[in-house]
Amino acid sequence: MATSLFYILVFPGILFLGLFSLALEFFDRKFHARMQNRKGPPWFQPLADFIKLSAKEGIIPEEANATLFRLMPLLALTAATVSFFYIPLWSTRALYSFDGDLIVVIYLLTIPTLAFFLAGWVSASLYSMLGAVRALTQLFAYEVPLFMAVLSPAILAGSWSLSEIAAFFNDKPLFIIFNVPGFLISLIALLGKLEKVPFDIPEAETEIVGGSFTEYSGRYLAFFRMAVDIEMLVGASLVAALFLPIGLDLHPVAGFIVYILKVLFVVALLSVLRTIFARIRIDQMIRFCWIYLAPLSLIQILIAFIVKGLFLQ
Amino acid sequence: MAKVTIPIGPQHPALKEPACFTITLSGEQITEVDMRLGYNHRGVEKACEERTYLQDIYLLERVCGICSHAHSSAFVQAVEEIAALEVPKRGLYIRTIIGELERIHSHLLWLGVAGHEIGFDTLLMYSWRDREVVMELLARISGNRVNYAMNTFGGVRRDLTPDLCAEILAAVDILEERTKYYIGVVMEEVTLIQRLSGVGYLSHEDAVARGAVGPTGRASEIASDTRKDDPYAAYPYLDFHTVTDNHCDVYGRALVRVGELMQTYKILRQLVQELPDGPIVVKAPRKIPAGEALSRYEAPRGEDVYYVKANGTDKPERVKVRAPTLANLASVAKMMENNYLADVPIILAAIDPCFSCTDRMIETLNMDSRAGRLTDFRQLRQFSINWYKKRGLDFTALNKKLILKQDS
Repeated sequence: MATSLFYILVFPGILFLGLFSLALEFFDRKFHARMQNRKGPPWFQPLADFIKLSAKEGIIPEEANATLFRLMPLLALTAATVSFFYIPLWSTRALYSFDGDLIVVIYLLTIPTLAFFLAGWVSASLYSMLGAVRALTQLFAYEVPLFMAVLSPAILAGSWSLSEIAAFFNDKPLFIIFNVPGFLISLIALLGKLEKVPFDIPEAETEIVGGSFTEYSGRYLAFFRMAVDIEMLVGASLVAALFLPIGLDLHPVAGFIVYILKVLFVVALLSVLRTIFARIRIDQMIRFCWIYLAPLSLIQILIAFIVKGLFLQ
Repeated sequence: MAKVTIPIGPQHPALKEPACFTITLSGEQITEVDMRLGYNHRGVEKACEERTYLQDIYLLERVCGICSHAHSSAFVQAVEEIAALEVPKRGLYIRTIIGELERIHSHLLWLGVAGHEIGFDTLLMYSWRDREVVMELLARISGNRVNYAMNTFGGVRRDLTPDLCAEILAAVDILEERTKYYIGVVMEEVTLIQRLSGVGYLSHEDAVARGAVGPTGRASEIASDTRKDDPYAAYPYLDFHTVTDNHCDVYGRALVRVGELMQTYKILRQLVQELPDGPIVVKAPRKIPAGEALSRYEAPRGEDVYYVKANGTDKPERVKVRAPTLANLASVAKMMENNYLADVPIILAAIDPCFSCTDRMIETLNMDSRAGRLTDFRQLRQFSINWYKKRGLDFTALNKKLILKQDS
């Protein structure tokens, strides 16, 4: 019982998750800034932002549904946090695992987006509402390619459990190369999920002020930002576990360092993508996802089936 | 989704100055645009009539924070025409050099703002970093980064040393190289082209009918450039051409602006290399003889028009300012037709709006009936007297008391 609590609350649980996701936000911001020829924030900036926002007054609009308004940041944070426990990090075994946890993780990762939508919808503000509708519209564009992309490692490994998939690739590391298209698709879908340029359409500052979060302030906003950070960490960990399952049978310390490097690598790729692109329009985004991304993910599944038929029977 | 009306402004992240665009949306598509200006009225024209000509230069230079030299030059030219002042050639050349340096910093600023409006912040950071080169140069020449205070009646106030001329040429080399890079970015970057081309379409006929000026007009194939059509200052002696484009959209406007930057470098090299010797200023009279003049100046955003009427005293009788944004605003509603909400910021930014330069009046709007009402100066004064009277302060009575006291 005591060890379980330690796992959940301290390491690799909530405390580690919170601090590491703040560190990741710093890395993302600093790297982004350096690529833009800026100096970037100091290392403690994300934590300072969190503390300062938490101390500020949280204002709830009079016409908003106060209960839902307060609940949504917590829901987003909880869902993102829980999904972390099922992902194998530096060994082939996750903290908790069962057959089918891949589906649960993907499902839990969808909940923050739904929370953003509801948060915008109950805010009773035009900008929030537009942002909410955009967030949901965008969800329909990237979610299907993301699902199909993560399906392909599962097909190859013949299991719905993330830990078993990791174990399979640990035995046969060469099969990773067949998943490269899936890796790219999930990176792009992750950009959409995290609402980063070029897919930061739901919170496009120059168009709809702050999107879903326009009316949020104080600790409610702080929790939302924390949820986005944790979502980034979980997303990066998931991509690393599925598509970069290397160094899983090393000594725990070495494995841990490899895990950190893998997550940093994925986040660095996300930073590069958001540096070199302009924000595209919602119609262009949906067209791009359904015309290019969805067929590409179908091809990825086809590759997985063919490879399985040729080499794994 | 049903029809929604959303306000862009008076305070909105996409606008750098207050103006209000009420946009009716059907889903994400724009069906109707309603514009309201006048949040920035500062009474500049009236203030000009109460100051001397020399003080007016100071005031008019502050009409715009970006094209400050354009406004003071246009005013100075009009007054020089009335007073029949013959400006020395060196003075004209230096005035033109500052004007062209200002065009560089304005266009680079626009490029960054356009990048920001479409969420391409990397372009903003890069172009504003390079803009520092020209800003530093302007500070070295005039001592100021934006309000250069270079103009005076009959010439300019500061001379260029050979050292400064060399610095200008060196800076132009750096900027030319960077601009070539930006031309590459605009021509090749996929998401940038996707976001800009076809957006904010303004056909040649519409542009002519709505009187678009500057880069907005030139991107719709209106080959009008005051520097060519009605050459002033040193432009008659220079070799350059007017950049036009046939895209008629925001992409075309971006191409025109970067193309103009290349022309500006060419102009600057000629100006510095052929800088004549001699005095930079002639003495101007304090009182300007009666007369009137209209002066046109090609500001970075388009044609800037000044009308000055003199009555023989040291104060002008009337100064009229028409900033280029006013001429271009008529086209904005047309440009927004059938576009998406996401394109509103970039369409607006594409005319490079400067609302505080534009605002010349205030219309009060009754929020219930939406009926507009204009208030003239006398009514406004009476309103304020009554307002204070209601609160127990009678300035008219106080004034009378004060006058009686002074008399006794």
